[in-house]
Amino acid sequence: MAKLIDVSDLNIYYGDFLAVESVTMTIEPRAVTALIGPSGCGKSTFLRSLNRMHEVIPGARVEGKVVMDGQDLYDKDVDPVSVRQHIGMVFQRPNPFPTMSIYENVAAGVRLNAKRMRKSDMDDLVESSLRGANLWTEVKDRLDRPGSGLSGGQQQRLCIARAIAIRPSVLLMDEPCSALDPISTLAVEDLIGELKNEYTIVIVTHNMQQAARVSDQTGFFNLSGVGKPGKLVEMDSTSVIFSNPSQKATEDYISGRFG
Amino acid sequence: MSTDVTSRKDELDEAINQPLSAQRLPRWTPWAVLAVSVVLALAVTWPAGAPLGGVAVVAIVLNLVLTAVVSTAREGSRKAKDRVATTLVTTAFAVALVPLVSVVWTVVTQGATRFDAQFFTWSMRGVVGEGGGALHAIWGTVIVTLLATLISVPIGLLAAVYLVEYGRGRLKRWITFLVDVMTGIPSIVAGLFAVAVFVLFAGPGVRLGIMGAIALSVLMIPVVVRSTEEMLKLVPHELREASYALGVPKWRTIVKVVLRTSVSGIATAITLAVARVAGETAPLLITLGLTTGTNFNPFEGRMATLPVFTYYQYTQPGVPPEFAIDRAWTAALVLIILVMALNLVARLISRFFSPKGGR
Repeated sequence: MAKLIDVSDLNIYYGDFLAVESVTMTIEPRAVTALIGPSGCGKSTFLRSLNRMHEVIPGARVEGKVVMDGQDLYDKDVDPVSVRQHIGMVFQRPNPFPTMSIYENVAAGVRLNAKRMRKSDMDDLVESSLRGANLWTEVKDRLDRPGSGLSGGQQQRLCIARAIAIRPSVLLMDEPCSALDPISTLAVEDLIGELKNEYTIVIVTHNMQQAARVSDQTGFFNLSGVGKPGKLVEMDSTSVIFSNPSQKATEDYISGRFG
Repeated sequence: MSTDVTSRKDELDEAINQPLSAQRLPRWTPWAVLAVSVVLALAVTWPAGAPLGGVAVVAIVLNLVLTAVVSTAREGSRKAKDRVATTLVTTAFAVALVPLVSVVWTVVTQGATRFDAQFFTWSMRGVVGEGGGALHAIWGTVIVTLLATLISVPIGLLAAVYLVEYGRGRLKRWITFLVDVMTGIPSIVAGLFAVAVFVLFAGPGVRLGIMGAIALSVLMIPVVVRSTEEMLKLVPHELREASYALGVPKWRTIVKVVLRTSVSGIATAITLAVARVAGETAPLLITLGLTTGTNFNPFEGRMATLPVFTYYQYTQPGVPPEFAIDRAWTAALVLIILVMALNLVARLISRFFSPKGGR
């Protein structure tokens, strides 16, 4: 069910402030696309605009086209709520619902939308999602315990399980490992490698090794100065970006000369 | 210049080379100093025949001075400042407790006289002098407070949700400002408002239970709005985003995630608001009046409530006065117990509903 996303000429605003200027890129299905770049260059903003989470912030708006399956996501009669049901998201800080158990957290996408589902179907969904997030063996004996009692890395995988339980076509990850230790990071990276067989994945990361390890395509964002909008400098397959980039700025960034 | 630097260096060296262990006063010193101050204060004021309050003031001042002197002599000035500060804080705490303990003590001892079965099973119908009870007033307080809660909780809760989740710009600022003003209005004004409203379509001189409930909700709504607003603000923004990212519509996010996460705080806030208005007297005095019999219907006729009952039993006790005054004390005691029970309920609710952490 993985899908291709075509972004053309996307301008993203916070009120009157142009945060990201004129991004055009194609996000391949069944592949991992990594977005790298210095802080404040608009990677996360761009990511959030892909599933219309950007407009949750007061005053934020978007111009341009994001086309998935021949449908412009910013068309007038597109409901942002249903867009988000097709494009899931994992955040920087693990954010399981504190009032819910592990089981309920995974079931949240279905239950909060008041969809009816038989208990046995729900059990299957929870198990397959937790297995998909590599968490099942660790939590299968304490599904009724609160999700906030897990460790940071487990919480993040719980959030991934929660995101894939709604069976999205695309999974967006906003620095999913920045709050995790190396072992949990490895677990999440392995998971990303498995998930790309079924989903289109877009990941924002500050960790260049991580981008090189997990992604197939890499896009480099940069901004020309403070207060100027961020831009997509270059996008290519990961091996090209990290070995033979066409732009000087990309080379400087990945070799650690700035940023 | 250079000598200045050297002397500063010497000072530093001295400070660094100070021994880690210093002379300290034994742990019982504060109590001993306090005892000495009390004895001294008594000795000084006894011949003059000063009242108890005067003795206490002299003892407090003596205690502070003695602490400073003893500690400076043995431990040095830094430690002495610490001890004086500790003594000041502790004294302030003790002084703050005095009225509280005194009120509870007085009400309990005076109210115990009539704290019997008859008080809870009888109304005042046909009672002159001895006997009688406050059943009608207890029911009145319960009914009126319940009605006020039913009116103010939905309004207050939804207003708070509007302010936190939807409101922006000028309208939000105005509502916040007006709610703040409303929290400060004198309770008698709320009562006058209810009277003014009902006089318009029920004629002058009308006294109804529902009028009292409306007066109380005018007092209660701003409290509920303010405290609920604070509770909703405490819900992390990440949880709302997590819910939106699952494709959950905004209203469901608010009901199932935001309100669910903050329900313990909101329930506590509401219970405390109820406890706060249950003891209101002034607005009920002019909206409900008083009866001697039990009235279960808030839409017809006057109703008695505990605060108003207490007020009238005390101000118009009849002859001989002691029976009515005893009833007044017991009614006050029952009111205090009621409010305290509500506070306990609030704590239980908060413990029961709060998000559970831990493994």
